[in-house]
Amino acid sequence: MSTLNVKKSAGPLLEVNGLSKHFSVGKGQTLKAVNDLSLTVQAGETLGVVGESGCGKSTAGRTILRLYEPTAGETKFEGTNIYKLKGSKLKAMRREMAMIFQDPYASLNPRFSVADIIAEPLDIHGLAGSSKERKKKVESLLEMVGLRAEHANRFPHEFSGGQRQRIGIARALAVNPKFIVCDEAISALDVSIQAQVVNLLQELQDSLGLTYLFIAHDLSMVKHISDRVAVMYLGHLVELADSEDLYADPRHPYTQALLSAIPSVETGTEQPKERIVLTGDLPSPINPPSGCPFRTRCPLATEKCAAQMPEFREVSKGHWAACHYA
Amino acid sequence: MENMLSVSDLHVSFRARGGEVQAVRGVSFEVKPGEAVAIVGESGSGKSVTAQSIMRLLASPPSYVKQGSIEFMGRDLLRLSDKEMESVRGKDIGMIFQDPMTSLNPTMTIGRQITEGLIKHQGLSRSAAKARAVELLSLVGIPNPEARYSQYPHSFSGGMRQRAMIAIALSCNPALLIADEPTTALDVTIQAQILNLMKDLQKRLGTSIILITHDLGVVSEVCDRVIVMYAGQVVETGTKEEIFRSPQHPYTRGLIRSMPHLDQPKHEKLIPIPGSPPDMLQPPAGCAFCSRCEHAMEVCLNNDPELLKVGESGQQAKCWLHHPLAKEVQQA
Repeated sequence: MSTLNVKKSAGPLLEVNGLSKHFSVGKGQTLKAVNDLSLTVQAGETLGVVGESGCGKSTAGRTILRLYEPTAGETKFEGTNIYKLKGSKLKAMRREMAMIFQDPYASLNPRFSVADIIAEPLDIHGLAGSSKERKKKVESLLEMVGLRAEHANRFPHEFSGGQRQRIGIARALAVNPKFIVCDEAISALDVSIQAQVVNLLQELQDSLGLTYLFIAHDLSMVKHISDRVAVMYLGHLVELADSEDLYADPRHPYTQALLSAIPSVETGTEQPKERIVLTGDLPSPINPPSGCPFRTRCPLATEKCAAQMPEFREVSKGHWAACHYA
Repeated sequence: MENMLSVSDLHVSFRARGGEVQAVRGVSFEVKPGEAVAIVGESGSGKSVTAQSIMRLLASPPSYVKQGSIEFMGRDLLRLSDKEMESVRGKDIGMIFQDPMTSLNPTMTIGRQITEGLIKHQGLSRSAAKARAVELLSLVGIPNPEARYSQYPHSFSGGMRQRAMIAIALSCNPALLIADEPTTALDVTIQAQILNLMKDLQKRLGTSIILITHDLGVVSEVCDRVIVMYAGQVVETGTKEEIFRSPQHPYTRGLIRSMPHLDQPKHEKLIPIPGSPPDMLQPPAGCAFCSRCEHAMEVCLNNDPELLKVGESGQQAKCWLHHPLAKEVQQA
């Protein structure tokens, strides 16, 4: 833990500045998936990213890893802009970052044995050494994620969803990364299995000092795992705060509606909460509304919101929101 | 008639390459008129198979009902001919499916998909059916229903398609609505809209609802009574308050404990249920939860417990811990 604290004070591990990612969808139209995203991730922290489907959270995660080339902006990893890297330097950077995917059924090659799946990044980066060493590394990775060494020779179809997700985690850990993007890493799992995988992710963070960008739509789980939470809507970051703070005192009307929409298990002790039910659907990111992206569904919207894009500003210490009235 | 629907000792299996998958193993429950009942369980627990058996939607082969009966308004649905069943489906029992993206016909307008049932079951004329369909679309909260009536599913968003599904399911005023994971594919803000709509319709039209879900939060929003399923069996039933305040089956308890709560202190560890559900090709002889249960006893290994009454109310749990003989041990 002590090494962790030293790292934490050394400045952000990851710094995203004005990142945009637009996709061309034909007929001269562009889909603006991510717009002017800026955030920092400290070493050893978990930053949660929440939002509804289509809000750009997965695109943001993938662009930050440079799985997509950005339309504008930069991502600095330990001070280096990763979009400027080429060749061997780019390859070396890829070792520092990894990803855990949503669907444990689609993200593992069914024709590869578990050993080959986990060792693929080792082979690519030439970290495996001899075949004996490779085997040993695979076995220790399997044990690290709570599987057994003899699982190495089996194939993905022999495993349950939770076990497959563990294999995906072992693969992500193979190159010893510092930063991992978990894109809906537990959404496809059953409730009782979700808790197993979340606990594993937290244990690994503690023992290896990992930094997570945890993308999910399950707000209770995000609160549980994250130090800070970013809320996205229609490609824009609308609020960013310490997770306790965000859930206790949401400032953006979208965050307020999102939090009030979580169905809660009534234990009878809590007061029934007041629910803000949003009307209408998410506007299209091809043709977003003028001004504030949320104004078409916002209960507080005024003319100012249609005319002027609200600035993303610090409304209280460490608590940022993009709303004229926050 | 006290019960509108009573399922008793239902066994449904599938023939598979490796043998017989026993998806549902002796499920019994009742639904009263106007009541909203939730069936909760993880994937593979048999909850959807139970629902689809009520609607007789499972293809046979590979599926077959081994034993049991499904009595609906005095008739055993399992004994009806296919023709008779057609008049029950859509008319007396409506169903909402999980995936609004694939359960609508992409080649038919939304309007035609709603009027189909109205014309067939209620003998309405085309124009009367259209008027009713437009009314239904506005009932489920679709803006501009006249224009939407003649559009195809691809111009509807996910939430709107699910509303259209609900409109189809409600078109003939069914006495029972079966909703199989109706909000799983939707975002939370849209989910809140759909749940509000279902609650509202239940109140206004007096429809009984069977809600199938894995999300305990959704259950507490809509339902009065909860049925918890595990490995093809009912392991606990009770009112929503009983199940959430004092779950009596170790599985239900584990399920509730493994979910994070919003008011939980930060970085408190979740308590997961270890292991994974049993293989339904060879279900265990004793209690199906035994291998994952922290309270497992010798008796659990080879003897399947019955649903035992817990406390004074109607709560029941399928667990040896609630057997009168186990009480002394528990207290010790």
